[in-house]
Amino acid sequence: MLEIYNLKVKTEGKEILKGVNLSIGKGEIVALMGPNGSGKSSLASTIIGNPKYEVKDGKIFFEKRDILDMTSDKRANKGIYLAFQSPIAIPGVTIREMLLVALRAKYKKIKISAMELKNTIEDESKKLHLNNDLLSRGINEGFSGGEKKKMEILQMKVLKPKLLILDEIDSGLDIDALAIIASNVAEMVRKNKMSVLVITHYQRILNYLIPDKVAVMKEGIIVESGGKELVTRLEQHGYK
Amino acid sequence: MDISKADKIDYSYIGERGLGEELIREISIMKKEPKWMLEKRLAAYRIYLSKPIPKWGGDISPLHFENIYYYLKPAITEKKSWNEVPKSVKNTFEKIGVPQAERKMLAGVKGQYDSEVIYGSLKENLTKKGVLFLSMDEALKLYPKIIKEYFGTVVPAGDNKLAALNTAVWSGGSFVYVPKGVDVGLPLQAYFRINSESAGQFERTLIVVEEGASVHYIEGCSAPSFSSASLHAAVVEVIVKKKAKVAYTTVQNWYKNIYNLVTKRAWVEEEGEMRWVDGNLGSALTMKYPSCVLAGKGAKAEMLSIAWAGKGQHQDTGAKMIHLAPNTTSQIISKSISKSGGRTSYRGMVQINRGAIGARSKVVCDALILDEQSRSDTYPVNKVFEDDVILEHEAVVSKVSEEQLNYLMSRGLSEHEAEAMVVNGFLEPVMKEVPMEYAVEMNRLVGLEMEGSIG
Repeated sequence: MLEIYNLKVKTEGKEILKGVNLSIGKGEIVALMGPNGSGKSSLASTIIGNPKYEVKDGKIFFEKRDILDMTSDKRANKGIYLAFQSPIAIPGVTIREMLLVALRAKYKKIKISAMELKNTIEDESKKLHLNNDLLSRGINEGFSGGEKKKMEILQMKVLKPKLLILDEIDSGLDIDALAIIASNVAEMVRKNKMSVLVITHYQRILNYLIPDKVAVMKEGIIVESGGKELVTRLEQHGYK
Repeated sequence: MDISKADKIDYSYIGERGLGEELIREISIMKKEPKWMLEKRLAAYRIYLSKPIPKWGGDISPLHFENIYYYLKPAITEKKSWNEVPKSVKNTFEKIGVPQAERKMLAGVKGQYDSEVIYGSLKENLTKKGVLFLSMDEALKLYPKIIKEYFGTVVPAGDNKLAALNTAVWSGGSFVYVPKGVDVGLPLQAYFRINSESAGQFERTLIVVEEGASVHYIEGCSAPSFSSASLHAAVVEVIVKKKAKVAYTTVQNWYKNIYNLVTKRAWVEEEGEMRWVDGNLGSALTMKYPSCVLAGKGAKAEMLSIAWAGKGQHQDTGAKMIHLAPNTTSQIISKSISKSGGRTSYRGMVQINRGAIGARSKVVCDALILDEQSRSDTYPVNKVFEDDVILEHEAVVSKVSEEQLNYLMSRGLSEHEAEAMVVNGFLEPVMKEVPMEYAVEMNRLVGLEMEGSIG
């Protein structure tokens, strides 16, 4: 699904990724762990095509296609989705208005009914135990931390990506919210064989989303990889 | 939908370029006006000559007043049916959607080309109730007493140079009279088109709404593309009697070489309500500050405006609220967007006079700047001469952040769609207050502007 070879990336004049290799298969859950500032979020930003991250060397293939020349929106429409760690507010724009435009950009030939979309959003909102009032507000406008994270997942469920990147979705979440989010993600893995890259510091979320692979990043490279047993060891001994 | 070409129509009178007393006398004679109106015109002309061109606001210097045609009379008299209107004119109105809207949702329509009204209608049931919706010229012939009573009482000729000019050479415009207690229901719409190069359009609108009556008046404006500057200098006077309600909506989409210098003011009596809704798109320069004089206790006024300034455009807009009586309330919400080197200015005034105890006013003016070349300024003035009042003022200037664009693009929106979405969100607080059809139209125009200003 996703293959990354020798990826070197600069942002704000600093080399932040120094030759990353990583691959994620279809329907696989891969955990990416590592200390703060090791380059995990930069990797996520580079995969989605944030123009602030300048690729100096290496390749990223998605479904066997080189995506480095694609703008962020093209990559999204191919099926890559990032749930942001701290998503920005878009005042005056409801989630429905935004998703309608996004879906129409993605499925150019299929007619998207605004009414159907409204129902889908409301159903998904229920599954995420979100207050329906949030749906008529501007995106993330005055939302709590937990509400923002759930709203990221809600959008993901409507857009149905092939690859989901969770950037510290677990930070600042209580255990109930975490369980709800994890079960919604797991549903997509089960039903659609969605691949997931879980970026996290903690074991907690990986109890719900059992990783097929674990990679550890440090100072811009993957220093270790293995199976899920690696998580327990890291939790006990830290990233030494 | 191309309305950027001039319609080929015949003119029965094309005056000389430039303005003099002789032309004013000629206009008055052609219109067979009473003598008092000619005197008003001539007195206004002397005021016009005595006042300097305003130095504040936008740059009027590209407009050569001596080069303007002050009176252009199309060879079409006012028609009551679209079938009688010349085809090219009818086509233009159809492109804008006026006849269609008339069938569906309007109580009456006026269409003006250059100096004269060429189409007019009003639903019969309203005529029976005594509602008048006439061109000002017709109204002056048929109801000279009412016109004489109100003309120039809200916007006197001496108010400013352009108001004096309008008073001197006015032609066309609407007269609306709503008798006591009558609710007009569906809106009345007037549509103004400048169809000739270097034309001046000086329509004069007077709206008198009697006690407890209500009306929604809408005006739309457009002009084809010409290489030399044209002038639109209208005067609008609205009289809102006790407990009456008036909404006045403007959706203007002038071509980018029109100088739009308009004076609009409402006089609001006890518990009356006035609402201006103003969508300012197009024009080279717009200077427009719709005002309300809250003259009676408990009177209410509201101004909702959006302005868009693209390349080479300056929208210098705002509002004035003058509180003369106790417990009067006013609100101004202004949203402006500048892009590709465009400039927006908010210029507003709230004045609360001694004696206006318990008056409240709230001003919110937000500006969105879409790139580094564009500019926005805010010039608010508050004059408060009474203690027991509440005056709130908020002004925010923001830029579309890269972070917002990145976020929306990561959901699959193109850069253009993302920017349009942020802009729509910014305008939403005003759009939700505007009747749906007009919000849709304004959104469409903003969308066109955004497309037109790419790259």
